[in-house]
Amino acid sequence: MRELKSDRQHKITFTLDGRQVSGDAEPHLLLSDFLREKLGVTSVHVGCEHGVCGTCTVHIDGKAVRACLTFAVQVGNRRVDTVESLSNNEGELNDLQSAFRKHHALQCGFCTPGILMSVEHYLRHNSDPTESDVRDMLSGHLCRCTGYVGMVRAIMETAAKRKSGI
Amino acid sequence: MSAKNTVGSYVGQAIERQEDAALLGGQALFSDDLPIAAGTLHAAILRSPHAHAEIVSIDTIAAKALPSVAAVLIGSDIQQYSDPFITVLKRPIDEWSLAVDRVRFVGEAVAVVIAEDRYKAEDALDLINVIYKPLPAVINPKEAAKENAPILYPEAGSNVLSERHFKYGDPDGAFAKSKHKVSIEIDYPRNSQTPLEGYVVVASYNKFDDAYEVNANFQGPYTVHPVMSRALRVPGSRFRMQTPAHSGGGFGVKQAIFPYVVLMCLAARHVGRPVKWVEDRLEHLTAATAAPNRIIQAEAAVQEDGRVTAFRFVQLDDYGAHLRPPMPGPLYRQHGLMTGAYDVPNLAITNRLVLTNKTPSGMVRGFGGPQIYFAIERLMHRIAIELGMDPLDVIRRNLVASDSFPYRAAGGALLDSGDYQKAIDLGVNDGGLDELKRRREKARAEGKYYGIGYAAIVEPGQSNIGYLSTIVPFKERQKAGHKGGSVSHATIHVDPMGVVSVTADCIPQGQGQATVLSQIVADQLGLKPEDIKVSLEHDTQKDPWSLATGNYSSRFSSATAVAAHLAAKKVREKLIAVAGQALNVTTDDIELTGGKIVDSKNPENFLKFHRVAGLTHWEPGKLPTGMAAGLSETASWAPPELDPPTEGDQINTSLTYGFLFDYCGVEIDPHTAEIRIDKYVTTHDSGKLLNPLIANGQIYGAFAWGVGCALLEEFAYGEDGSFLTGTFADYLCPTSVEIPEPQILHMETPTPFTPLGAKGIGEGNCMSTPVCIANAVCDAIGAENVNLPIYPAKLLPFIDREETAPPQDIALSQRQQTPDGGRAIVGEGNIFAPTDPETVWQTLLDPRHLAAIIPGCQNLEVVGENAYRADVNIAVGPIGGMFRAEISLSDLDPPKSVTLSGSLAGPLGSSAGSGKVRLTQEENGTRIDYTYSVEVSGKVAAIGGRMLDGASQVLINQFFKRLIVRLGGEPIEKPTLWARFLRLLGFNR
Ligand code: FES
Ligand code: FES
Repeated sequence: MRELKSDRQHKITFTLDGRQVSGDAEPHLLLSDFLREKLGVTSVHVGCEHGVCGTCTVHIDGKAVRACLTFAVQVGNRRVDTVESLSNNEGELNDLQSAFRKHHALQCGFCTPGILMSVEHYLRHNSDPTESDVRDMLSGHLCRCTGYVGMVRAIMETAAKRKSGI
Repeated sequence: MSAKNTVGSYVGQAIERQEDAALLGGQALFSDDLPIAAGTLHAAILRSPHAHAEIVSIDTIAAKALPSVAAVLIGSDIQQYSDPFITVLKRPIDEWSLAVDRVRFVGEAVAVVIAEDRYKAEDALDLINVIYKPLPAVINPKEAAKENAPILYPEAGSNVLSERHFKYGDPDGAFAKSKHKVSIEIDYPRNSQTPLEGYVVVASYNKFDDAYEVNANFQGPYTVHPVMSRALRVPGSRFRMQTPAHSGGGFGVKQAIFPYVVLMCLAARHVGRPVKWVEDRLEHLTAATAAPNRIIQAEAAVQEDGRVTAFRFVQLDDYGAHLRPPMPGPLYRQHGLMTGAYDVPNLAITNRLVLTNKTPSGMVRGFGGPQIYFAIERLMHRIAIELGMDPLDVIRRNLVASDSFPYRAAGGALLDSGDYQKAIDLGVNDGGLDELKRRREKARAEGKYYGIGYAAIVEPGQSNIGYLSTIVPFKERQKAGHKGGSVSHATIHVDPMGVVSVTADCIPQGQGQATVLSQIVADQLGLKPEDIKVSLEHDTQKDPWSLATGNYSSRFSSATAVAAHLAAKKVREKLIAVAGQALNVTTDDIELTGGKIVDSKNPENFLKFHRVAGLTHWEPGKLPTGMAAGLSETASWAPPELDPPTEGDQINTSLTYGFLFDYCGVEIDPHTAEIRIDKYVTTHDSGKLLNPLIANGQIYGAFAWGVGCALLEEFAYGEDGSFLTGTFADYLCPTSVEIPEPQILHMETPTPFTPLGAKGIGEGNCMSTPVCIANAVCDAIGAENVNLPIYPAKLLPFIDREETAPPQDIALSQRQQTPDGGRAIVGEGNIFAPTDPETVWQTLLDPRHLAAIIPGCQNLEVVGENAYRADVNIAVGPIGGMFRAEISLSDLDPPKSVTLSGSLAGPLGSSAGSGKVRLTQEENGTRIDYTYSVEVSGKVAAIGGRMLDGASQVLINQFFKRLIVRLGGEPIEKPTLWARFLRLLGFNR
């Protein structure tokens, strides 16, 4: 394991949304602050910074993780994906994002990037969830605007479509 | 959408939102994401750990000495450049953007550090040394209203800042004549919808113009703009407020950002650089704002058949520590509508407004509605019980009749339109009330607790800006000038290429206004919504605005939307006139459709929309005579129905009045008392729905918060004023498993008072859902009343069940009420020292030993006989910081017993406690028994109420273990379940 000095900047190189990036961080710098402030990834939102709300969720090596409970130095040589990886360069949303729009699953949209990342991870491992499974999974996130109804519909629809290969 | 859609058909369609793609793709910029000028400094705020205290001194030298710190400001600094905020009531209750001389709630801003970055600014906070002299605090509004209560503003003479009595009709006569009098007292808690994005302010100061510029996620109302500019001692023209297009939720709460806007302006002025501040979650929950908690004594005079002839309400509304404008709005927003959905001609109201040592109240969705409807609809439920009637029959017997609209309510509200009986029919039939009743019967037959609750309410939309003046008597209003009305603005610009853009005064907080405005404008101009570019960032220096500007009181659909409709009509008329000339036809024959401007008699004869728009730019000389060149139109809209309050204090508080009828079935677990919402039906008549997808989104969101208020959400305080819910693990927001999907039903009775016919829709369920659920719970368990939030412990006394004893290992320490009402942690323990009592005694009394024994102790000073002062570095789990400790020993009975008393104060909070230590000689040494009681307030209490028991216990145990080690022994520890649990949580020192 690499030794870290508390007051030093450490260079971190990793893959962000498919690109190789690097930046410097002190050991106590949170991944959420690192991504937002040093790398300009403002799509990663912070709603509580104590691990409850889920707005800061990103993927690390394909797994959904709270960026506010992760230190920047922990992602060296790993793969980090944010919500920005879900749509393509032509501005086309993916199926889950489109379903969110169709079912009005967002209002202010502040919670949305984190929720999309959790759902993507979840659906990869649960292709045929029931509504109550989906609600259980979503309960790791807070949304203050929507009451979750549109989200549940959008997720169920996306799961069904992905399963039947549409 | 096919090209066949003709003019006028986008409004009313469930069109997907324009806003969504950028939000879903992560490209939308929120306040904290916007670029800032190089060299911008960052602020962090030091906050009071006390609910009520005098500030004796503030030492900022060490903080200022840090190289990364540009400045530290305290109350006396900002007084040089600013005035107190103006208040709705002219009383000696001055508040500045930093506390001056006294703090009045936990979390009040005491100092601000401006540094290179936020991490450094926060580090510097720890070096500011504030000495407080604590004062008795008052938390309960009833206590605060008493004569001998601790007074927050001694110059005001009382915590009760206003008391007014109102009478409409003949309430006394009606009560005297009535067969039944039914009453209830409700105590509505403090809560807030707590947007996920906190406050963000970026401020700068131009010293050459003496002007401030701000970009902040402020949501209005812009009645607060002059409050800020006057506090900064500049005219409004030199206080520029810009707001972003995206805000991470508002719910009214982002009105209360204004003291921080002023503070950051002053900070920017002081350091000569732009300053940015981002509120964190603890700050938000502790100190942002809350809906006022309210106590209401509600009484109804009722006839034999259930008909209510009079209501009487005595309200005590708690505004916390300061009266920040536009407070006390919630106490008067419903004033014209205090009879709700009912035709009750006689009404008496007493309104009292009180201050307590809690976070100042402010705007929160529902704004007074949740409180008063909780009283009214609980009362209707009580009437049914006391008269042996069905609650729905009592509701139906009293509703405003469908042929009486527009109906003038006793308090002055002019209910515009509706058919309440029909809405109830719709809800009952399409929602399946009969089936729900059968479910209740079946459940009860099986011995379950199952109840049904109802609520019928009127939802106000677009506030009359003059309603708050009802708080002062008519004579005073006459002197000050009458106030009433509400102005909204929208502007449409069509560029030379025919591209249409829209700006407006609605300050969106995520509701989808851009989409709805695009529908409205598209309809008028014969275009598609996606052709319309709507930009809703707002700038007081460039966009029209008025006092009513902002996002609140469900004003959008009857205010800004109407202004946009009117502006689009102006553009349309101009285009028709220009096209008429160009096509050489009479204007009556012209239609705008499918991107063309067409002679309807001869559809071959047309011009493309962009060609006609272009003419106004390219050939202004050829426009019809008298027509202005270019194509930009602003419309303002001010509905005439919003008059100032009358001499008799009648006030039409809002413009539109929608109707909601809700009912639900709940089941209560017979063992855990957990509440499950089995079914919830909500029927709305919100007039014309501009976009049903978005309208339903508003209902789902308001409902979700209604469920949160009913079951989970409350800002909790200790009786001593310590704040106990500073994280989302303590302030509980409902998640997807707590909120069922409600069944929504609609009918549409357009309001005749606006050209679009739409009413407000975003607040109704905040008002109806909490009381609907409470009514169902009372029905289920047969309780006379229940206060929110209804968590299972409140219901246990009503439930017939076997008590199970708590597990014994965990009963080591517990929270208790102290004799003076405070919240304390008490505990006890014992330990064995391998030496005689005399040695233990000497060690305890020797300052050098003491310094070594106290965990984290640095520089212990002797300040008197058996009295010490020490700096103590405490680290327990996630909590750490430097504290100043005062310790004294008393009741000395050498070498048998001693009382240790002490207090700790630091940036994270303060605590006071005492303990008794007893020494008993045993065979090979001394047995030390100790008992203790500790009270904690400040940040530690706010974020870790649940951890405190453990933390205090760990510290105290550490103390005795170190004592034993000092005496040459080994602390013998029996690893209890509790200790293992603590270790799991990280308390393993
Ligand atoms: S910000 Fe990370 S969980 Fe809330
Ligand atoms: S959409 Fe606003 S918090 Fe979820």
